[in-house]
Formats: sequence, C-alpha cells, structure tokens
Amino acid sequence: MFKKTVAELSRALASKAVSSVELTQLFLDRISKYRDLNAFITVDPEKSLAQARAADARRAKGEAAALTGIPVAQKDIFCADGWLTTCGSKMLSSFIAPYDATAIARFSGAGAVLLGKTNMDEFAMGSSNETSHFGPVRNPWDPTTVPGGSSGGSAAAVAARLAPAATGTDTGGSIRQPAALTNLTGLKPSYGRVSRYGMIAFASSLDQGGPMTQSAEDAALLLGVMAGFDQRDSTSVDAPVPDFVAALDHPLKGLRIGLPKEYFGDGLSADVAKAVEAAIAEYRKLGAQTVEVSLPNSSLAIPCYYVLAPAEASSNLSRYDGVRYGFRAAEYKDLIDMYCKTRAQGFGAEVKRRIMIGTYALSAGYYDAYYLKAQRLRRLIAQDFEQAFEVCDVIMGPTSPTTAFKLGAKSDDPVSMYLSDIYTISVNLAGLPGLSIPAGFDGKGLPVGLQIIGRYFGEERLLNVAHQYQQATDWHRRLPKGFD
Amino acid sequence: MEWESVIGLEIHAQLSTRSKAFSGAATRYGAEPNTQACAVDIALPGVLPVFNEQAARMAVKFGLAIGAQINHRSVFARKNYFYPDLPKGYQISQYEIPVVAKGSLTIELDGHERLIGITRAHLEEDAGKSLHEDFHGMTGIDLNRAGTPLLEIVSEPDLRSAKEAVAYMKKLHQLVVYLGICDGNMQEGSFRCDANVSVRRKGDPKFGTRAEIKNVNSFRFVEKAIEFEIERQIDLIESGKSVVQETRLYDADKDQTRSMRSKEEAMDYRYFPDPDLPPLVVDEAFVREVQATLPELPDARRARFMSQYGLNRYDAGVLTSSREMAEYYETAVRESKGDPKIVANWIAVELSGYLNLDNKDIAESPVSAKMIAGLVQRIADNTISGKIAKEVLEAMWAGEGDADAVIAKKGLKQITDTGAIEKAIDEVIAKNTAQLEQYRAGKEALFGFFVGQVMKATRGKANPQQVNELLKKKLAG
Amino acid sequence: MSLDRDQVRKIAHLARLEISEAESSAYAESLSRILGLIEQMNAVDTTGVEPMAHPNDAGLRLRADAVSEADQRERFQAVAPATEAGLYLVPKVIE
Repeated sequence: MFKKTVAELSRALASKAVSSVELTQLFLDRISKYRDLNAFITVDPEKSLAQARAADARRAKGEAAALTGIPVAQKDIFCADGWLTTCGSKMLSSFIAPYDATAIARFSGAGAVLLGKTNMDEFAMGSSNETSHFGPVRNPWDPTTVPGGSSGGSAAAVAARLAPAATGTDTGGSIRQPAALTNLTGLKPSYGRVSRYGMIAFASSLDQGGPMTQSAEDAALLLGVMAGFDQRDSTSVDAPVPDFVAALDHPLKGLRIGLPKEYFGDGLSADVAKAVEAAIAEYRKLGAQTVEVSLPNSSLAIPCYYVLAPAEASSNLSRYDGVRYGFRAAEYKDLIDMYCKTRAQGFGAEVKRRIMIGTYALSAGYYDAYYLKAQRLRRLIAQDFEQAFEVCDVIMGPTSPTTAFKLGAKSDDPVSMYLSDIYTISVNLAGLPGLSIPAGFDGKGLPVGLQIIGRYFGEERLLNVAHQYQQATDWHRRLPKGFD
Repeated sequence: MEWESVIGLEIHAQLSTRSKAFSGAATRYGAEPNTQACAVDIALPGVLPVFNEQAARMAVKFGLAIGAQINHRSVFARKNYFYPDLPKGYQISQYEIPVVAKGSLTIELDGHERLIGITRAHLEEDAGKSLHEDFHGMTGIDLNRAGTPLLEIVSEPDLRSAKEAVAYMKKLHQLVVYLGICDGNMQEGSFRCDANVSVRRKGDPKFGTRAEIKNVNSFRFVEKAIEFEIERQIDLIESGKSVVQETRLYDADKDQTRSMRSKEEAMDYRYFPDPDLPPLVVDEAFVREVQATLPELPDARRARFMSQYGLNRYDAGVLTSSREMAEYYETAVRESKGDPKIVANWIAVELSGYLNLDNKDIAESPVSAKMIAGLVQRIADNTISGKIAKEVLEAMWAGEGDADAVIAKKGLKQITDTGAIEKAIDEVIAKNTAQLEQYRAGKEALFGFFVGQVMKATRGKANPQQVNELLKKKLAG
Repeated sequence: MSLDRDQVRKIAHLARLEISEAESSAYAESLSRILGLIEQMNAVDTTGVEPMAHPNDAGLRLRADAVSEADQRERFQAVAPATEAGLYLVPKVIE
C-alpha cells in the first residue's frame, strides 16, 4: 500500500479498500521506522489521525474529493495553525504558527491529512539540506549523500515513501533539484499560480510553492488543490485553474522541444548528460520534434540571482528581531544589542551570509551596480525564454549538473554549492513553470532528473508532457533499496 | 546681518479609512493595545500585504485638489531599518515614484497671497507606538497604529517664516479635512508635521545646512519650534560655529529643540521596490471617477460666496472654513429665502460667537441651519426685531426649541398693532410731562429717552420703526 | 571587489548581526568570493534595459476598505518572548 501513488490511494480510499486512518497510521509508522533520514522536523500523530478520522467521516457522508483522506507531508516553510513551524531555523524553533497558510488551508479544505512538517534548509537557503538547524537530511538512494535542497526533507520523505506526496517551495530550484536527486516529480509552478500567503518568504519575487510527488499525475492532483487566486497575496494571478488531470492524456505528436545549447556544455556530468539525452530520444519516439534553442544569458542567472534573492531576503528576514515571536537572545545590554545577539544566535551561517550580501547589494552607493544591474539582467534572461518559446512548446535539459553529492562535500564552499542550481535558477527569474521528472540513473545508481520548462501559466502542457513520458517509462516507479 | 529662514514641511496626514493600508484590521483610535494589530500588522512569518483601494482614492483626491500631476504607475518601496515599533523591519512607502507629483497650495498671510510648491505626496504605512512608561526598565510596544495609511505631503522649501509655515500647515489641514480624507485630529496624531529648517544670509542663493524637527503636533508648537530653531541656528553661525545636519525633537515644556540621540547613526535605508506589491496603477478612468467625487474646494467656494451672495472676504472665509460650515450656511440661505448677507451675519458673527465660547464645531451646533433660517425669517417678517432675535438665539442655543417656539413661549412677538403702540406712547408721555415740555422747547435729544421708555414699557417688543413714527407725531402734539 | 573586515562589520551592524573578530575574517573571505561570482554580471552590457522587479507586469490589485480581521491578541502574544498588559516588551528605547 505504501508504494502506491496518490491517484492509486485515492481510488483505494474510494473503494473502501483502506481508510484514511489506516493509511495515515501506515505512513506515521514508516516515518518512525526511518527516522534516521531526518526527513521530518515535526510529526504529531494525534493531530494527523484526528484529521484522518474527519476525512473518513467526510467520505462516509459522500462528500469526498480526490485528496480526501490522503496524507500529505508539508514543507516546514508553510505556516499551519497550531503546528510548530520552524522554517528549518533556530530563530523559529519554538514558533507555533497561529494561522494557516493558504496552501495548508486548501489542502485541509480538500480533506487531505497533514502528515507532518518536513525538514528543509534554513529559510530555504541551500541546495543540500545541510543548513537546517535540525540537522541534514539523508538521501534514501544513498544515505551518505544529500537529498538536495532546500526541500530536502519533502524529497527524502516521498522518495522513501514515508509520505505518498509532499509540498516544496522553489526560489532557485528548491523543488526541482531535490526531486531530481531523489527520483521524484517536482513542479515549480508559474509565479503567481500558487498563493504565497503563509509560506515563509525567502525571496518574494521568486518563491513559489508546488508539489513533490511520485508521478506527474499526482503532481496534477496536488497542483489542482494548491493553485488558484488568493486575495491575500497581491502577486497571486486571478486566472481560472484548469483541470490539470484532464489535460494529461493529450498525445505528444507535433510537440516541439527546445534544447538550449547552454544546458549541455561544460560542467554537466557525463552520466547526467547521457540519461537526459536518452530521455529526449524517448520523446522523439513519442512523436516530439527537437530544435536547438539558445538562452545566451543563462550563464549569468546565478550571479543575477545571488544579488536579487539575498537582497529580498535581507529585508524579508528583518522581522526576526526577537520582539513579537521566535527566538530572543538570553542576555543583552540594550535594544540594539538584543537585536544583534538575537539575530546572530538565531540564524545559521548561510542565512547570515545571504543577509549580508543582500544588505550590501542594497546599501547606499552599491544599489545601481548590484541590484539594478541584476534587475536589468533579469529582464534579458526572461527575454531569452520568450525568444526560445517562439520556436518550441517546452524546453528540456538537465535539472542538476550532477547527481546527489556527498554530505559535507560542498558545505564549506558556498560558491560551488550555488552552482548546483545553474539550470534551475533562470526559470525562477523568468517566473516560468519548471518541472523535474525521473530520467534514469548514473553509474552509482543515483537518480537523474530531466527538467521541462513551460510557457508562463503553461502547467497543463508541462504535466501532460511529463505524464506521457511516464506512461512509456518506469524510472519514476523505482524505489531506493531498503525502502521497498 | 540680515538673516532669512528657509522652511519646508513634511506633513503626515492619516487617511481616514476604516481598515489599514495593507491589512483588514481596524484603524479606530484608542483601542486596547495590540487588539487592532492583525497577523499582517505584527508581521508574522509568511503574511503578505494587500493595498486598500480607499487609500489610493484618497491620495488621488488630494493630488487633484492641489492641481498635481497623478502618476499613473507609482511604486511601493521598502524603507529598511530596525525599530521595535516597525514590525517588518521595513516600512512600506513610496520612494522614487510617488502617486502624487508636483502641485501647489495658495496661502494667505497678513492679506498677502503666496503660492507654496508641493514637491510630492506619497502613500505609506504608519508605525506602531513605543510606550516609555516603566515596565521594569523595559519599553512597551503597541502595534495598533502600525499599518494605518498615511499620505506624506512634502512641500518645497518655499516657506520663509514660522508664521508662513503655520499658515501653510493650517491651509493644508483645512484642505484634507474638507476633502474628507483625514479627520485632522492633531491630539490623536492624525495630522503631524516634520519641519526642515535652515537659515542663510539674505540674498545668498545657497541654502544653509538644515535641521529636521520631528513630529510636532500642534500649530502653536510648530510656530514656536521653528522660531526657536531659527534663533538657535543664527546664534550658532554668528558665534562662529556651524549648523549640523541632524534630527531634533521639540520639547514643548522647555520651548526648545534638542538633538535626537537614537538617530545619531547615519541611516542607510536600502530602499528597493517591494516585491510583494506590483506597481499601483491609477488609470484615467480611476482619476475621472475620483474627480467626480471632488467637492468644491475652499478657495473656490470662498470666491463663489463673495460673488454669489455678496459677502465680504472675511465672512466668506469664516463660512468656508470647513465643508460643514459652508454647507450649513448654504442650507440656511436656501431655507430662509432671505438676504444672504443677513444670514451670513447671523452665522459668521452671532452663532460663531457661541461656537467659539463653547469650543464647538459647527457639526455639533445645537442650532441647526434650518433653525437659523427660521430666526432670520422672523426678523424679515417683522415678528421680532433684530435685538429680540439675539435673545431668541440665546434660547435656541440653550436648547429651548426653534425660533417660533421660543417666541411663543417667551411672548417675544413684536407689537405692530398701531393702537397698542399708541396706547403705550400715551402712557409714557403722561408720566413724563417735564421731559415733554423740554422736548417741545427744542431739546430734541430727548427723543431717544422717549423711545427707550416706550420699548421698556413694551418689554422691547414694539416694532421700533412704528414706535419712531408714532412717537414723532405724538410728541409734536 | 573584495570586502575587508571593517566593511563586513559595517554591513553586519546594518543588518543587526553581531559578529566576532574571527567571524569577520571568515565572512570577509566568503563574501568576497560571492561578490566575485556576482560581478560576472558585468560581462553583459545592460544599458537601456528596463529593470524587472516582478515576473509579470500586472498592476496592483486593490482591496475594498473593509475591516475583516478580528482581535487575536491573546493567540498572537502566546508566542511572544515578553509581553505585559497587552504590550510587547523590549529593552528601553531611548529617543
């Protein structure tokens, strides 16, 4: 039962083959059994089971929706009323959220069960899940490697089937890169598709929440719940939510796939390149055509991102001052000292680095050279995509330049860590939807992800393209040894 | 050495919306601490701002009223600094592109008019309040005010004296209250002023170094603070020292300004466009819609009162000092169908006297415009004399009813019956034969004496004109 | 461009982060490397390019002026480090 996708579990629940309480207990037991993965920060069986009982009651009344009774793990970046919500930080290590994020409210509205809060890089800043105050997460495919980040806990949880599905957030690749490193389907929706209300902000103009699942079909089911206009988020787009599941079955004949030459050059590991090329060959077999495109400014996406994201973060994280909630240093001389000590002790090294970079980039005398320059570059990067989409429907390439790397391999070298997101970051800068799907394994048996990038608000097509591949392949159904 | 002072004001007008600028919390003044500070106002992790349409409307209304250009795309920016009353660690404000661009306001001082430039007006959110009473050596923070919408109105450095500054401030105060975008309550902090003051030698084209006086909350204190600051700066320069650019606080008890310690550190606000808020778009249709709601403005109304009703400048000024006052007057004119100048006199002089005495606003007047109209009508139709009318007004003010009720109750109806007046005159003459003889002998000044006696005998109710005529005849014999 | 320890201290103070002497050297080194990465931006001429602040060009959507939030002081202050009489307490603010 634990190997089933959300779609399958939904049918099992509908046919009364299993109850939500049974399912929830099953996954709670697995979470407990595999706690060494450190995938979860908070599990609260009583709360989860109470929700499961409510879901079963709702089903008994005949009022069930597709996700009613399905346990879903939530990244600990989403505020959930009454739940510890830490964002992976000491700063919020005792913060019980007094309200629900819109995404959380929509899941509970659909009758889904909150299975637990997953581990993550502190304030979503990281690509390996090693910056978490609650310790690193291990990759179920090889516990000596990282699961990627920042949504590493969600990735490990679904990869090891401790949860049938999870949510993540993606500012520069934080859904897609861990999905790639753990053999999952991970979708970062278009900016404005999913409400950011209650999703603790890292970089407001880049952050998007999305599903991390076993299949594109599951991603379609979860996105259908998460997506949609929210009047509490001024950047949420007021557009109708299409039926993502209904769109999955379109044939791929005539699909034009753009292959950016910049995504297949230096820095890409041979194993990843091989798997990605094989996946593209499979698409040709399914009736798609490929065309070379160019994203000439893509090599500058990382520098651009490491100005804009830290700049926004430096301001977004100013609210953690020890006054109204969260950690406050035990001893201090005066107000300013209280601020400085609280923030020095409450934030980890990577968060502090980014706050300082962002503070510097916005400070008097440097704003034009850094911040404005990066914003101009951002437009060029977005325009590159617009031009590419004139000749293709989707863009494909690797999600990550390498498969999962060893724990500790890059944690002392921020710059090399930043380069893990080289193929994912430009998608956030342009606000486009991007998805990673399993596309085979490297020589060491570690998963490789194929990234598919779509037009703005083109999630239907993106999920359709992923689903058709998953109908023809079974990479996404493979489980790591020891968890099957 | 002749000195000239150069003053620019930054006025923060709290917009009188029901809810906050970026959240649905109430803005009511005086609530229990932190009971009107919602999740967005206290900046819980994950919350987001959504802007209040009414605040945008009010800003545009102000822009139109000062003849300013409205920016069709204005940008909310974050002003970053740490302070306990600033929950997010940044204030949402408008920096590079404000909603209201250059406009102007005409002020009047000692009979002279001057046009004062307004550089800009931008939307922003207010901070909370720090309460410095002692909580075991700690400061208490109340965030009820945090997020209340403000319009910051920045003048050009066009003001040249403390008196001009106050005249400008009063004019602006009148305007925002007139427009209904600010309640103008200065005690509650709805209308606050920061003053930038510098001095220079007369004729010097360059401005001197300025000091900013923060948060002065009454017209009188603004005048005193600026006057003190001008003197302080002149003294400094004349004694060979120089003015330091700094922020100062006005201490009303000592009547002086002092340097603010907490602002010593040079501020680097790191402004940047707020990524949570796309640009505020104000299109032509929106502007037209707001334009349609614009009331007749004080200056225009004053001019119209002078031409349409034949009022003098002073009365027209008093009667347009607030929208309520102007509407009161026009209602009274309409209802009385009488001479607008007489109506004006009864409101601008007589009623205003009572209002000032009891420190009441026209909106709180126990005598309604209709009641004033009724009073004027009774004078016009000779039911009462002007003198009796004052007595009637006094009773109306005391709540004894409208003019007719007071007249009836107190029996103040004027005597116009010739027979009755003649009878009274006859009695007076009979009682004062000595005076009659003197009068007839040529002491005509005694006429007044007889009028007085007749009025006294009729308790002031005899029609004065009739008394004059009849008395003249009778005395002549 | 590389940062020295003084600059790092200044930035840290602006961001209200206490850092020790030893940390300031380490941050000077790592931040300088990050700035080195960032300055690769200069490879592209962006003259005349309109800065892009938001992924879409839509205007701000406005909210009707209505009170929608009830008092939740008790719940909110349950997670506060220090409160009294409904106020958040902080070390004395001196003006």
